[in-house]
Amino acid sequence: MDLKPGAGGQRVNRFVDPFAQISYHFLQFLWRTLHLLVSLWYLQVSMVQMIEGFLISSGLVKRYGALDIDKVRYLAIVVDSEEAYQISKVIQLLKWVEDMGVKHLCLYDSKGVLKTNKKTIMESLNNAMPFEEAVEKDVLLDQKQMTVEFASSSDGKEAITRAANVLFMKYLKYAKTGVGKEEPCFTEDQMDEALKAIGYKGPEPDLLLIYGPVRCHLGFSPWRLRYTEMVHMGPLRYMNLGSLKKAIHRFTTVQQNYGT
Amino acid sequence: MELYNGERPSVFRLLGKYMRKGLYSILTQGPIPTHIAFILDGNRRFAKKHKLPEGGGHKAGFLALLNVLTYCYELGVKYATIYAFSIDNFRRKPHEVQYVMDLMLEKIEGMIMEESIINAYDICVRFVGNLKLLSEPVKTAADKIMRATANNSKCVLLIAVCYTSTDEIVHAVEESSELNSNEVCNNQELEEANATGSSTVIQTENMESYSGIKLVDLEKNTYINPYPDVLIRTSGETRLSNYLLWQTTNCILYSPYALWPEIGLRHVVWSVINFQRHYSYLEKHKEYLK
Repeated sequence: MDLKPGAGGQRVNRFVDPFAQISYHFLQFLWRTLHLLVSLWYLQVSMVQMIEGFLISSGLVKRYGALDIDKVRYLAIVVDSEEAYQISKVIQLLKWVEDMGVKHLCLYDSKGVLKTNKKTIMESLNNAMPFEEAVEKDVLLDQKQMTVEFASSSDGKEAITRAANVLFMKYLKYAKTGVGKEEPCFTEDQMDEALKAIGYKGPEPDLLLIYGPVRCHLGFSPWRLRYTEMVHMGPLRYMNLGSLKKAIHRFTTVQQNYGT
Repeated sequence: MELYNGERPSVFRLLGKYMRKGLYSILTQGPIPTHIAFILDGNRRFAKKHKLPEGGGHKAGFLALLNVLTYCYELGVKYATIYAFSIDNFRRKPHEVQYVMDLMLEKIEGMIMEESIINAYDICVRFVGNLKLLSEPVKTAADKIMRATANNSKCVLLIAVCYTSTDEIVHAVEESSELNSNEVCNNQELEEANATGSSTVIQTENMESYSGIKLVDLEKNTYINPYPDVLIRTSGETRLSNYLLWQTTNCILYSPYALWPEIGLRHVVWSVINFQRHYSYLEKHKEYLK
């Protein structure tokens, strides 16, 4: 965390108004003290979460013993790109997910660090298959292997832009022949089809776990996040099996009404 | 600055106002979010919890909204967006949909009335979404308030009605297509597309190579700009429910357990503190994605 002063923190000319200078420094002191107290609060919350995670991992908290993992049809994990370089941590996390019985997983980081290390990651997993291969072989419904999809920021808004051009060309073609309407008029289903046509067949995740400093999806495809539950797991270096189990257990108890 | 809610300010309210000023003078030592978005979740659960008559939760929610907007504008947040009604909400019971529409109409007309202080506080009100789906009286009233406040510039209140992100993205594609249709490169590319494609199948090979629409075109044609810095969804729900999916790439998502009518100053302050804690990180991420 790196605190930056804002507009209210600009220096006043110390030679003009000593009172303003004193009040500026006093307010700065109060502001930094406020943030120090908040940081201490978050530190104690992290310690409690680590202890709780340890107790859950050890099986001492029976509530998280049996997980209804079938409710998590598609899990996504977003990792901060700087933390994604800790490949051994990522592999450990995926092994936990694989052992829990998750069948479909999407790994995302905005800079594509995980994509670059795809081969290393896939080789470390016991029984996993790349998502594209599963689609090609039409074995997505095969419950024997976990499918893993790798995504980055180019698979989000940029992919939607490419799909937009597919629809645009269709519109131009109809405009030329005089068959289509004058103004472009597309539907969400057509957008879905366009994305699939250019290779983006990944479904909407049920649950998205964010490993990083902030609860923010960092550019995961906007088209695939409509009703996805997003849980912030904290920095990757502090990950633990207990917190993962707790997040998945909590998800299995959520009820959505989808706006109705 | 207090948004008018029909009550005369009491001593306690004035005291609260000055205490808030003191708190803001500390908070404004750090960066303040330019734009905060809200999902007003929990009105019906609040009504059930407090055994209120039907619609009581929404009425309490409206008062909470006025308070929250007051806090935002006092703090210097320029843009506030609220998710008032989703396209998915049309699937609710008809009398419930009608109640919300009637409440919206009542409040919009209240804003237009003579005693309204919207213009005095220089607030620009904008309704965003697929407004063609609104009933005629609500649409007329919304147009009226937007015209009346169009020149205000100190603060902007964006009210998302008949809105979903996926509908917004499709709308952005339509707008970008219409703008780009005048810039078709040359007939040869079009002839290629005609020659190789049937009337119903999308020929991706040829069509993908033409990049008329750019990412910046889609970004310009979304309903909501600038993008929010913080999104607050009450009731502890951790999903976005098809709201601002495009705009929240670098946005802090905050989900307090309070139901919407229970939201208070402490939630707004906590979200600002967390924004300040992670400001550098999110600015760096924004720079990377440019």
